[in-house]
Amino acid sequence: MLKISNLQARVESKEILRGINLDIKPGEIHAIMGPNGSGKSTLASVLAGREDYEVTGGTVEFNGKDLLELAPEERAAEGIFLAFQYPVEIPGVTTINFLKTAINQIRKYHEKEPLDAAQFLKLMKEKAKSVKIDDQLLRRSLNEGFSGGEKKRNEIFQMAMLEPSLGILDETDSGLDIDALKIVADGVNQLRSADRSFIVVTHYQRLLDYIVPDFVHVLYKGRIVKSGTKELALELEEKGYDWIKSEADALEASMV
Amino acid sequence: MSFQNIQAQFEAEFENIQKNLNGKSGSDFNKMRNHSFAQFKKLGIPTVKHEDWKYSNLKNLDKIQFSFNSDSNFSKKDLEALPFSSLEGISICFVNGVFNEELSTLGNVPKIKVLTLETAVEQIPEVIEKHYGKYVETEKEGLSALNNALSNTGSVIVIDKNYVLESPIIIRYISDVKSEDIAVNLHNLIVVGEHSEVKIVEIFQTEGQKTSFSNLVTEIFVDKEAIAHYYKIQDENDQSYHVGTTQVNQEDKSYFYSATITLNGGFVRNNLNLVLNGQYIDNHMYGLYIPNGKQHVDNHTLVDHKMPNCESNELYKGVLMDSSNGVFNGKIFVREDAQKTNAYQNCRNVITSDSATMNSKPQLEIWADDVKCSHGTTTGKLNDEAIFYMQSRGIPKPEAIRLQLVAFAEDVVSQIKIEELREMLDTMIENKLK
Ligand SMILES: Nc1ncnc2c1ncn2[C@@H]1O[C@H](COP(=O)(O)OP(=O)(O)OP(=O)(O)O)[C@@H](O)[C@H]1O
Ligand SMILES: [Mg+2]
Repeated sequence: MLKISNLQARVESKEILRGINLDIKPGEIHAIMGPNGSGKSTLASVLAGREDYEVTGGTVEFNGKDLLELAPEERAAEGIFLAFQYPVEIPGVTTINFLKTAINQIRKYHEKEPLDAAQFLKLMKEKAKSVKIDDQLLRRSLNEGFSGGEKKRNEIFQMAMLEPSLGILDETDSGLDIDALKIVADGVNQLRSADRSFIVVTHYQRLLDYIVPDFVHVLYKGRIVKSGTKELALELEEKGYDWIKSEADALEASMV
Repeated sequence: MSFQNIQAQFEAEFENIQKNLNGKSGSDFNKMRNHSFAQFKKLGIPTVKHEDWKYSNLKNLDKIQFSFNSDSNFSKKDLEALPFSSLEGISICFVNGVFNEELSTLGNVPKIKVLTLETAVEQIPEVIEKHYGKYVETEKEGLSALNNALSNTGSVIVIDKNYVLESPIIIRYISDVKSEDIAVNLHNLIVVGEHSEVKIVEIFQTEGQKTSFSNLVTEIFVDKEAIAHYYKIQDENDQSYHVGTTQVNQEDKSYFYSATITLNGGFVRNNLNLVLNGQYIDNHMYGLYIPNGKQHVDNHTLVDHKMPNCESNELYKGVLMDSSNGVFNGKIFVREDAQKTNAYQNCRNVITSDSATMNSKPQLEIWADDVKCSHGTTTGKLNDEAIFYMQSRGIPKPEAIRLQLVAFAEDVVSQIKIEELREMLDTMIENKLK
């Protein structure tokens, strides 16, 4: 489904991603962990198409297409969804109106008729229920004045509405209370299917108790320096990152 | 800078009017005209050296040969083809500065009078005597003096005491410039009686591609406990010049709610002046301008708090595209006696192109000490983060931009109390922001 090969990216003159390799098959969940500033959000943003990042090398193939050639909205239409670490507030545009526009633009991309108001509302009600999000919230300006937890839940709601084939969750668990965490995890688990994959960026093993990953990767200084199964997350929880950092730094030093 | 050519045209027109007075040249009215014209000759057309005209340059006016009260064959069918024509209400229509009965629906509501100035002078001389020309500043404003001197018509709208009129009163101004460049001077008077409520809509539109110069004054007297809603909608061509002064006098416990919406216009200068001549007065002034191309929109507002316990609120918003210019100047005076004044002003602008400019200047002068005043002006670009966020959900960039701009404009449009008008504006704004 997604094949990232030797991906390198920088912002201004700073190299942030320095050769990422990652292969994700349909139905798989990959967790990405790693210290602050290691490049996790950058990777997520590059996959979603943020223009601030300049891709300086490598390739990304998504369902047979060259992902890097596509505009952000085309990537979304092709099935990529990024749940933002910091969802953006958009004054004056309600979540409902926003999603209606989004869904119909994606349908247009696939040359499908737009949903009419009734169809859309039905879909929205159903999905709102599945992620236990309040109708009232959806009638307000998108994310404006939402609590941290409400913003994160709104991201999952949007994902449920757009039904992407690859969901990228960037620290969707941070700032959530334990009930909200379960709701978010449930939301993801409901969407799990044989042809839908996820990248889950998190700092906490806790989330992975609910969303059980097939693989866990550690990103450090713009590279994946360790990969394993869910046990790796437990090990990190216990031992921290120091051992991985020193291993990786030693390796890099030996290569120079 | 010189306005020789255009001044000469105005002088000729003034003489022309004087010649055709049929023995009425000695009337008080005509004395006022003569006085105002002398005043205009002294003040002239404002140049950019004038502090209030620093960013708005009328110099190209001088290159044009205007025709006054020009004939027009603008028909009902033509009107129906224009936006807003289906807006329902009592209406009075002027084409090239001339009252057009066929295009008007004066209605027959007791307690409401919608007349032309000529008829009003005959039928309600006491109202004219008391209010006409009494509020607008003609001693310092050259173009207002010119308006006083040259305007031989306009609408006079009087709402009696204790009357709430649900349907709006629409004043339509059509500039028919299919074949000539035209100049129009109109002067309106609106008197809202004690404890009454009315919604006034002024709509300015153009037919054709030549140049029009509209120099207008609308005086509004809002009596005690009366409520006036006033919407000024501008949708004129790129060659048009519009200088319009709305002069409002508010008495005790009155409300004045306005929205000035400039959809299109080549050169637009709106002066909205409010004098709060009583206590417990409230007013809200909203504005929206969305110029594109080389359009120039200048809003000058003035709120003069003369007495205690009044509140004024102001929000002007602009979306400036292409090489357009915007100007906002908001004056608030709080006089020594105007204790317990609350005065708020905010001007927010979004610039969507590197060649667009916005000059905004709040100007608060406060002589009283127990007041709450605030003002703020911001001018910026749309938030890139927000655009990317929308794109990441499948919304193409132009659509993401449009959605945000429409939302930005909606803050102003949503204040309009006539649903039908709101919907028409929404459609036009959405189309323009495409
Ligand atoms: N627009 C930018 N301009 C300058 N530096 C940037 C920009 N975006 C990211 N960086 C830098 O790139 C590095 C990687 O940032 P990124 O947000 O990807 O880290 P992260 O792994 O997601 O960290 P965290 O766990 O704290 O969320 C950081 O040092 C960050 O400061
Ligand atoms: Mg991050």
